[in-house]
Amino acid sequence: MPALGRFIAQRLAAALFTLGGAILFLFVIIQFVPGDLVSILLGPRATPQMRAEFAERMGLDRSIPEQVWLFFSRAVTGNLGEDPISHRSILDMILEVMPNTLQLAGCALVISVFFGVALGCIAALKPGSVVDTGLGVASVTFITTPAFVVAIFLLLIFSLQLHWLPVTGAGASDDPLDRLSHLVLPATALSIGWIGYLARLIRASLLEVLSEQHVRMMRAYGVPEGRIVRHFALRLALVPMVAVMGIGIGDMISNAVFVEIIFARQGVGKLIYDAILTRNYPVVQAGILFTVVTYITCNLLVDVLNALLDPRIARSLKQAA
Amino acid sequence: MMSGYLSLLSDIWRSPNGRIGLVLVIAILLFAIFGPVLAVNPNKIAVPDRFQAPSFEHLLGTDNLGRDLFSRTAQGTRAALMISLMVVALSLLIGALVGVAAGMAGGWVDRGVTAFFDIISAYPAVILAMGLMALYGTGFANLLLVVTILFIPQFGRMARAQTLSLRHQPFIDAERIIGLPRARLIWRHFLPNVLGPLIVLASMNIPVVITIEAGLSFVGLGVQPPQASLGSLIKDGYTFLNQSWWPTVGSAVTLALVTLGSTLFGEAVRDATDPKLRGHHK
Repeated sequence: MPALGRFIAQRLAAALFTLGGAILFLFVIIQFVPGDLVSILLGPRATPQMRAEFAERMGLDRSIPEQVWLFFSRAVTGNLGEDPISHRSILDMILEVMPNTLQLAGCALVISVFFGVALGCIAALKPGSVVDTGLGVASVTFITTPAFVVAIFLLLIFSLQLHWLPVTGAGASDDPLDRLSHLVLPATALSIGWIGYLARLIRASLLEVLSEQHVRMMRAYGVPEGRIVRHFALRLALVPMVAVMGIGIGDMISNAVFVEIIFARQGVGKLIYDAILTRNYPVVQAGILFTVVTYITCNLLVDVLNALLDPRIARSLKQAA
Repeated sequence: MMSGYLSLLSDIWRSPNGRIGLVLVIAILLFAIFGPVLAVNPNKIAVPDRFQAPSFEHLLGTDNLGRDLFSRTAQGTRAALMISLMVVALSLLIGALVGVAAGMAGGWVDRGVTAFFDIISAYPAVILAMGLMALYGTGFANLLLVVTILFIPQFGRMARAQTLSLRHQPFIDAERIIGLPRARLIWRHFLPNVLGPLIVLASMNIPVVITIEAGLSFVGLGVQPPQASLGSLIKDGYTFLNQSWWPTVGSAVTLALVTLGSTLFGEAVRDATDPKLRGHHK
């Protein structure tokens, strides 16, 4: 498959280029912060000795091109420096909470794909019916309600009123069932918007596929409607869904901040938020860098997956080049 | 011009979703404009009256300092609408200029601008906004600027794509051959043709901006106290959720209605201005 190989190589190069640009952008926005960089990064509580040490370690006493190089090489090797408050390695801090965020986002992804596809199929089977209209209204409501509003309502109803599910935290790390029960509400809060969005998307693309000639042909031959949807139409209708999931993952990383705050779950989003509150900027910077890397990687994977599902995408690149 | 707006409104009114959107948007506008006028001072503290449930005196109850939540919610709604309109207008303007310039110039300028758009969109939006607000400091001007930066790439990309598709249209070639100066060409032909789709994109983005502003205010990096914002009202309510759930529910439902109304309205504007869908109301 030379077309696919070329496509992957091209996407990988583009992703690396964007990543380089994103790291450079992060460097620039930190450089342009008004005032003295050391006091901003260390905060007002820093002693002169800490300041000198920090400036030397971060390379702030060197020339700008040298600093750019240092920033890049450290970012690439994962050397994110040391937390000026707790003196722990920032990379360790991120790696420690990362599984929580990945589990949260992964669960939310599974929930939104499952329910989004199911509701989209149900709506598309009887377009214009009461069920379809009702699902349409529900979808828009789901899409427009911000994730942190959903999170607060879920917390109010299921934890504080009904006491069905635990209120806060991520659960004991050695008890999978406990962890799962702590995951239900946050993951649902994160996925509601995308359930609505995917339901709408699947409905529209399924209706389009179902009106095509080969589907009408199958109907004419007496293939049952359920079989047409499950075996032929759905696969085609899923392609646009995979394409938007790249954006979906970025959205979930963003919204994970709010959900982690509301349910007091340790995670990368909460780490960044806590670091902002304590003005611990090296941790903020590292956290942002981590989310960019995750987002770009996920987008790359989504592009490749999409090309695998729909070979026309890789081939169109060849023609364009 | 006026009849154009009227026919747009009647197109919006003809679709059920558009009708709900229009009614919600009008109700929200009335609430935002007249709410703070009708109600008591939104910043008046009356600690003995704290955590009251809704009553005739306080339609949405009171918060942890006894402040009237109806007027605070109205103040927050007003802030959300103002900020979103300003952000959308600014990012439309800057995006249009940069996008048209990139599309016209081509070459390295075009590649540089596109790469810049890609870099901004490589960041999860809310996290980039949080980082920028934390580094550069909270404040109204910074808030506008930061959220605008997040939205410029969308408008810029669309303006650029429109410009590229216009560049080799016969009527543009004709004007060029006649010798119309470049500036006039941009002003007379490119900007008007680019603007239509951008305005539709702007109306679709208003609820997105409102959500981001509310999110930033929720984490304390958006609108600053004592000025109320829907996000900070939800956060304050969340902090005292054990004492009373009224403050959270009132502001959260308001935020949800604002984003729902403006989304339905934006989608109706999009459908009404889409020539492919015109006359196809269900």
